[in-house]
Amino acid sequence: MTEKYNMPDERGHFGPYGGMFVAETLMLPIQELNTAYRQYLDDPDFIAELDADLKHYVGRPSPLYHAERWSRELGGAQIYLKREDLNHTGAHKINNTIGQALLARRMGKTRIIAETGAGQHGVATATVAARLGLECVIYMGAVDVVRQSLNVYRMKLLGATVVPVESGSKTLKDALNEALRDWVTNVDNTFYIIGTVAGPHPYPAMVRDFQAIIGREAKQQCLEQVGRLPDALVACVGGGSNAIGLFYPFIDDRSVKMIGVEAAGDGVETGRHSAPLCAGRPGVLHGNRTYLMEDDDGEIIETHSISAGLDYPGVGPEHAWLKDTGRAEYVNITDTEALEGFHALTRMEGIIPALESSHAMAYTMKLAPTMKKDEIIIVCLSGRGDKDMQTMAQREGIEL
Amino acid sequence: MSRLAATFEALAKTGRKALIPFITAGDPRPDFTLPMMHAMVEAGADVIELGIPFSDPMADGPVIQRASERALEHKMSLRRTLAIVTEFRKTNQQTPVVLMGYVNPIEAMGYEDFANAAQRADIDGVLTVDLPPEEAGDCVSLLKARDIDPIFLLAPNSTDERIKSMDTAGSGYLYYVSLKGVTGAGHLNVADVEAKLNQIKANTALPVAIGFGVKDAQTAKTVADLGDGVVVGSALISKIEANLDDLDAAKKAIVDLLVAMRQAMDN
Repeated sequence: MTEKYNMPDERGHFGPYGGMFVAETLMLPIQELNTAYRQYLDDPDFIAELDADLKHYVGRPSPLYHAERWSRELGGAQIYLKREDLNHTGAHKINNTIGQALLARRMGKTRIIAETGAGQHGVATATVAARLGLECVIYMGAVDVVRQSLNVYRMKLLGATVVPVESGSKTLKDALNEALRDWVTNVDNTFYIIGTVAGPHPYPAMVRDFQAIIGREAKQQCLEQVGRLPDALVACVGGGSNAIGLFYPFIDDRSVKMIGVEAAGDGVETGRHSAPLCAGRPGVLHGNRTYLMEDDDGEIIETHSISAGLDYPGVGPEHAWLKDTGRAEYVNITDTEALEGFHALTRMEGIIPALESSHAMAYTMKLAPTMKKDEIIIVCLSGRGDKDMQTMAQREGIEL
Repeated sequence: MSRLAATFEALAKTGRKALIPFITAGDPRPDFTLPMMHAMVEAGADVIELGIPFSDPMADGPVIQRASERALEHKMSLRRTLAIVTEFRKTNQQTPVVLMGYVNPIEAMGYEDFANAAQRADIDGVLTVDLPPEEAGDCVSLLKARDIDPIFLLAPNSTDERIKSMDTAGSGYLYYVSLKGVTGAGHLNVADVEAKLNQIKANTALPVAIGFGVKDAQTAKTVADLGDGVVVGSALISKIEANLDDLDAAKKAIVDLLVAMRQAMDN
């Protein structure tokens, strides 16, 4: 393939994936959003405002850090961590919420809604809403409200209303359903900030474009520090926003392997997991066609992962396309393996990763020893682990 | 002529409007649905919309979502929904039945297998909430080739251009979602609905059924006067929900409400 990668098409299709599978009431708002997004994407004023915020408010560029001790310990490839955990609010999510919130303001919307799983996207949304003085409502599965109570408190401090969602499996997918219902009811004044590369077009492309700064910076930093492109990229995939952010600027660099790490929960073979790309099949949910976890009747099944941020039955449609075309590879890591990754990075490098990112760390521990010492892996450290202290302590039988 | 077209034409000749009840297949139990369908016809229903249960009904309010959850607890599925219609057709060959739901169960079955199965079950129309004309091409051709009407939704914010695209893609009738929101929400603004219906009628000759927010005989009458039919769903399912321990009472409450609506609409 020598042609330059140019996805999605005008109506948001990545091959058979993506698209606009929404009820009629949402067609007009997503078309308006698409128009506004395309307009501002090429608007120097908008880009300047976004760049200034990313620099002075978020703290970009985030470092590309050579994890020398960990690389030596594993005895293979040199591991570089893209430090999205050092962003304001502690994860990559704010790259996107800043972008969408600035767009919301330019579109004259006064109210922001969002869904959240681990709470990182909710916090990142509540943060930018506070800064811009916009009303903010966050939908969060009731199960996640309990396991991520610290982030719930952060959102409330920031002035957001957090609505626990009691329907279905009470996790991220149900929060998304509820946010869509709010949006369909309040389309006139409300902007829905989707936190991952899912949802109807233009969200998968728009969120990718706001997150692609991860990969653009990483590429430049790698060239500066090592003088060449990396050999492999590794990132965790729930909806897949940090992964696509890292991968996208490298898609045409065919020598760079791209590996997405899904959550295997108790193990893919047990059925208790969140790995649609590894063990699901294509279907339609939340506005797009992609790989899903579903039963034979097309009903969405419950997912399992120790990490709330990966506990989602779908995945961004662009990942589905990258999988089918073979440009990216998707693997999975169990809860137990993720905890090993969590501890390894914490003890080897003094960096406590989020449980989501720990899946990428755990796969890196498998991959690095199979590679040569002069080869390079860039791993996206998508968020910091402070929010997971309660989950970790509970899992290890420690009372805080 | 399709059964739906014939039904709307016959109603128009006598100046009456279609009463279209919606229930979810298998709610609250699979054996409730078939007798309820027959009872609704007796109570004056012209068309039946039968919901295919789905785990993630994003465009529905809490009432219809809970109906899906109850049905799914009993392993209700698209296949079993089709089987209910097959049974219904053994004694009723007149009343059009429209399947309403989300696209994923249909994708899981496969569009062509679904179209064939719907034809065998003698289904008249299919309304897929999250399959707008932009994405519906393949499904629409398969249905139309089997004389099954693809039914599309219109919303308060649908433009002339979109109404025209529904007119092209759809047949049977168009379903006007009378408010921005989910099923079972809020109250109708009659003046708004009237203005929108004028715009819709200027862009299509298809009959227009109006739904979302029809709660009682009075709103049914008001809405009937504005369009060609009235869809009532959440108000019926609320009767099931209020009588889960006495399903005969649930059935009677649904029949009573439909009879009252029928009388109000015909007077």
